[in-house]
Amino acid sequence: MSTTIEDTIVALATAQGISAIAVIRLSGPEAIKITQKCFKGKNLEEQPSHTIHFGNLHHEGKIIDEVLVSIFKAPNSFTMENAVEISCHGSPFIIKEIIKALLRQGARLAQPGEFTKRAFLHGRFDLAQAEAVADLINAETDNARQAALNQMRGGFSKEINHLRDELIHFASLIELELDFGEEDVEFAKRDDLRELIQKIQSYLRALIDSFDQGNVIKNGVPTVIAGKPNAGKSTLLNALLNEERAIVSDIPGTTRDAIEDEIILGGINFRFIDTAGLRETKDVIEAIGVERTRERMKKASLILYLVDLSNATENEIEEQVHELKALAIPYLMIGNKMDQADNTLLKKLESQPFIFISASNKTNLSLLKEKILEKVQIKEVKKGDVMVTNLRHYQNLLQTNESLDLVLTGLDSGVTGDFLAMDIRQSLHYLGEITGTITTDDLLDNIFSKFCIGK
Amino acid sequence: MFKEYDVIVIGAGHAGCEAAYAAATMGSKVLLVTMNMNTIAQMSCNPAMGGVAKGQIVREIDALGGQSGLVSDKSMIQFRMLNLSKGPAMWSPRTQNDRMRFSEEWRLTLERNQNVDFWQEMASSLVIEGGKVSGIITALGLKIRGRAVVLTNGTFLNGKIHIGEKHFGGGRAAEGAAFGITEQLTKVGFEAGRMKTGTPPRIDGRSLNYAKMEEQKGDLNPGKFSFLPESQPLSAQVSCWITYTNEEVHNELKKGFDKSPMFQGRIKGLGPRYCPSVEDKINRFAERERHQIFVEPEGWNTVEIYVNGFSTSLPEDVQYKALTKIPGFENAKMFRPGYAIEYDYFPPTQLKSTLETQLIDNLFFAGQINGTTGYEEAASQGLMAGINAHNKVHGCDPFILKRSDAYIGVLIDDLVNKGTQEPYRMFTSRAEYRILLRQDNADIRLTELGHKIGLASDERLDIVKSKISAVATLTQELNKLRLNPDSINSSLAQLNTSEIREKITASQLLKRPQIGIEDLKKLHGNIKTMLESYSPEVLQQAEINIKYESYIEREQHNALRIGSLESYKILEDFDYDRVKALSSEAREKLKKVRPETVGQASRISGVSPADVSVLTIYMGK
Repeated sequence: MSTTIEDTIVALATAQGISAIAVIRLSGPEAIKITQKCFKGKNLEEQPSHTIHFGNLHHEGKIIDEVLVSIFKAPNSFTMENAVEISCHGSPFIIKEIIKALLRQGARLAQPGEFTKRAFLHGRFDLAQAEAVADLINAETDNARQAALNQMRGGFSKEINHLRDELIHFASLIELELDFGEEDVEFAKRDDLRELIQKIQSYLRALIDSFDQGNVIKNGVPTVIAGKPNAGKSTLLNALLNEERAIVSDIPGTTRDAIEDEIILGGINFRFIDTAGLRETKDVIEAIGVERTRERMKKASLILYLVDLSNATENEIEEQVHELKALAIPYLMIGNKMDQADNTLLKKLESQPFIFISASNKTNLSLLKEKILEKVQIKEVKKGDVMVTNLRHYQNLLQTNESLDLVLTGLDSGVTGDFLAMDIRQSLHYLGEITGTITTDDLLDNIFSKFCIGK
Repeated sequence: MFKEYDVIVIGAGHAGCEAAYAAATMGSKVLLVTMNMNTIAQMSCNPAMGGVAKGQIVREIDALGGQSGLVSDKSMIQFRMLNLSKGPAMWSPRTQNDRMRFSEEWRLTLERNQNVDFWQEMASSLVIEGGKVSGIITALGLKIRGRAVVLTNGTFLNGKIHIGEKHFGGGRAAEGAAFGITEQLTKVGFEAGRMKTGTPPRIDGRSLNYAKMEEQKGDLNPGKFSFLPESQPLSAQVSCWITYTNEEVHNELKKGFDKSPMFQGRIKGLGPRYCPSVEDKINRFAERERHQIFVEPEGWNTVEIYVNGFSTSLPEDVQYKALTKIPGFENAKMFRPGYAIEYDYFPPTQLKSTLETQLIDNLFFAGQINGTTGYEEAASQGLMAGINAHNKVHGCDPFILKRSDAYIGVLIDDLVNKGTQEPYRMFTSRAEYRILLRQDNADIRLTELGHKIGLASDERLDIVKSKISAVATLTQELNKLRLNPDSINSSLAQLNTSEIREKITASQLLKRPQIGIEDLKKLHGNIKTMLESYSPEVLQQAEINIKYESYIEREQHNALRIGSLESYKILEDFDYDRVKALSSEAREKLKKVRPETVGQASRISGVSPADVSVLTIYMGK
């Protein structure tokens, strides 16, 4: 564990998800200096405590957002350290980009409850409050762990374990020649080691890039609401829009002409794609049969299929489900106008995965939202099977990669294995924050199982 | 017949001797109890000290004022600095020793100390009163009172020797086992386990054909362990020899597998994976066509040979037949067969960082009783137990080395916090601050600490102090000394390093991988004169500090960062049940190990960073 008061930490201070305004908080000796490095406007380091400044936050030459920066100088802040609060627009994308930029400049993601812990260690609270603080840390850790677990579904955990094995193997080769250099074992050639690192790094980069590109939160989930005319498609869309105070992002480069509306549910963007089924009041079942519409539907990652319960038969529904299944795209069957439904039909449908709502009365909308979120988490976007979506994982992968860069530099300048090992250990440490600590015992186990050691 | 002693040490191996010497030198009245006064400091296995990580430990023992370094120096027959092709943190001194001289040197060292008394007998139980040890009872029924007791029983507790299908009680070849202590301690609540180790056969050197082996000579410029001038490097050395097993050898050994106590399950104890028997090697790594054998002489004059790499517990006739198939061993005569030995140990998580047991006050454990293997590991624990036993009975503070101070700190911290599943041996990879824990700076790291507790002599302190100040002066001179392109470029070309365009300092030049401090002498007559006014140790120290400055600084920074957790002390009677925020796994582990600092707690498996955070909150104020 490398948490120390000398680090400058950063975290989102407001709630996760979508909001009009978000606040990102930094604390630590370098808080102001680090912010300055990503800030265009006044020189923040020269500003007095308790002042607010307008400017642009940028990263790698690109402006991320217009922000307000509040400066607090030690000891006159919550943590009693130098602190900065950045107020930005509340899009998850913008928040991540800003935090990423700050990490690049030397801040580190705060551990759960760390701001409070620092405030405590600097003497802001008395001992009687210690227990409350401790409980808080524990609760926040649980949340973070749960969140990380959720995002580890799919291929990510498998990929990361593979990466871990590769790194352990590499570290073992180096440790082997250090501790057992006198014994009759063959050591890896430096060129082989370089190749191994490059392999590990290309792997790492793919994971890191998956965070930068095509991630769900950034691009949104292409979604289609389909159904027969008068099934209540636009009513449902409007109901969802009203509920969620839709915020349309103005990220440059986003193609907007095919998009009707964007809705953010649980921090995830849903893009509703214009299809024949959505806009035109023609027979949708017919339309589904048409190849051209089918191509459009195939671009979707999720189909919400709406059935008018006041005017549908079992056979008809069966037919529609059959058509949807043929598309091989995740879908939700939604029975609208549940208040006007025929009871015998309702009974029959209850045994199927059907969600009953009333779009106009806004009945069961929160249940629907839950189901929608569930659906996209199980099956993420179509492109790219493994994806890093957790900022903490992203940071750790980045740090692992940077340590490996140092190993490569060391290899280039021809330093001996003991110095290479320093940076390898650092990379194991960072990766260990995702995979669980990698200990010396892990390395030794690996060595003893693979090499014949011992006189 | 006996007065009351301050410290009674049971066992006179590497751990016991260091413990007795340290406590006695610090001023304790010490009784050293051994079953056989003729086998004090017996090297039960190979006749060598040091090696990778272990050599660093011997230097640390010496720097603190222990005697293993001096004893090894005085009895060495060969010196090698291992790993010289790697960085300075990996340089590891190793000696071949005269087994009989080694033992004699230790005995004479102890005899010279007026505070050490000896008694030859088996200690069969401890006197325990009110949760505190207050003496021992011997096999003859004598009761000897002592304010502290250090147990260093080695492989003797219920020791059982295996050779093929034969097995019998014994603590070492031709020596009896010790009984009673394990049974007593488990009765009062200690957990005990079983471990196993082994040793190879000994051979008549007159029967070997060295022409068929490779010679392994000592270093051209041999060094030594001790920082004191009391010992001197060797002027003449004895060589070791290298040969290899082959398929024929393996086939002979395989014939005895059905009688192997290891493979047939008669041995229950766990052996070290890094010190496998030869039958284990050919069994587990069947694809290897040969294994290295080191032929090590046992002394200056004796013809006895130690066959390193051929540890075995197969039947003696199988051992013999297989040996004769090794090149150079065709006519070998065997002196003593190899054997395996099982013995009792006590999982070391039952100890405090002082090596005092948690259960019984003033009772200390050191060496193989704690599940370690190796002379150096044992000696360093003995030293620390001896120091702390003395400190305890004299009301002084505990003496604990941090992981960033010494390998000894790493060793003990690992033992008391993590415990060990197999005989624990030190590796450099176990130390997270390996770059700092070098053999060359052991005195700078530790001698002042050793002097402060009354163990390291004034002479030691004076030597290290003048070394430190000379290194500082030299470093400053090299930082200030600016070199002119005109005067040095031709020499640089000769050294195969690029020329300079502007003036640079000698330190900057020294950072180049192709340039060593000796090379600087070639640049200019004045530099040569300046450098020659310093001793080789000082030159080397300054060179390492300058050359690896950035790595050393980073490592120091890391040590400092992580070290901050060590300053959060945990009260001895801290009630973990009170802290609801701890995970239940962490709480159980913490209650068992009872770490003394939050840093220590953070190294226990099952204690998560969140748990550490929680503890920091409680201990932070």
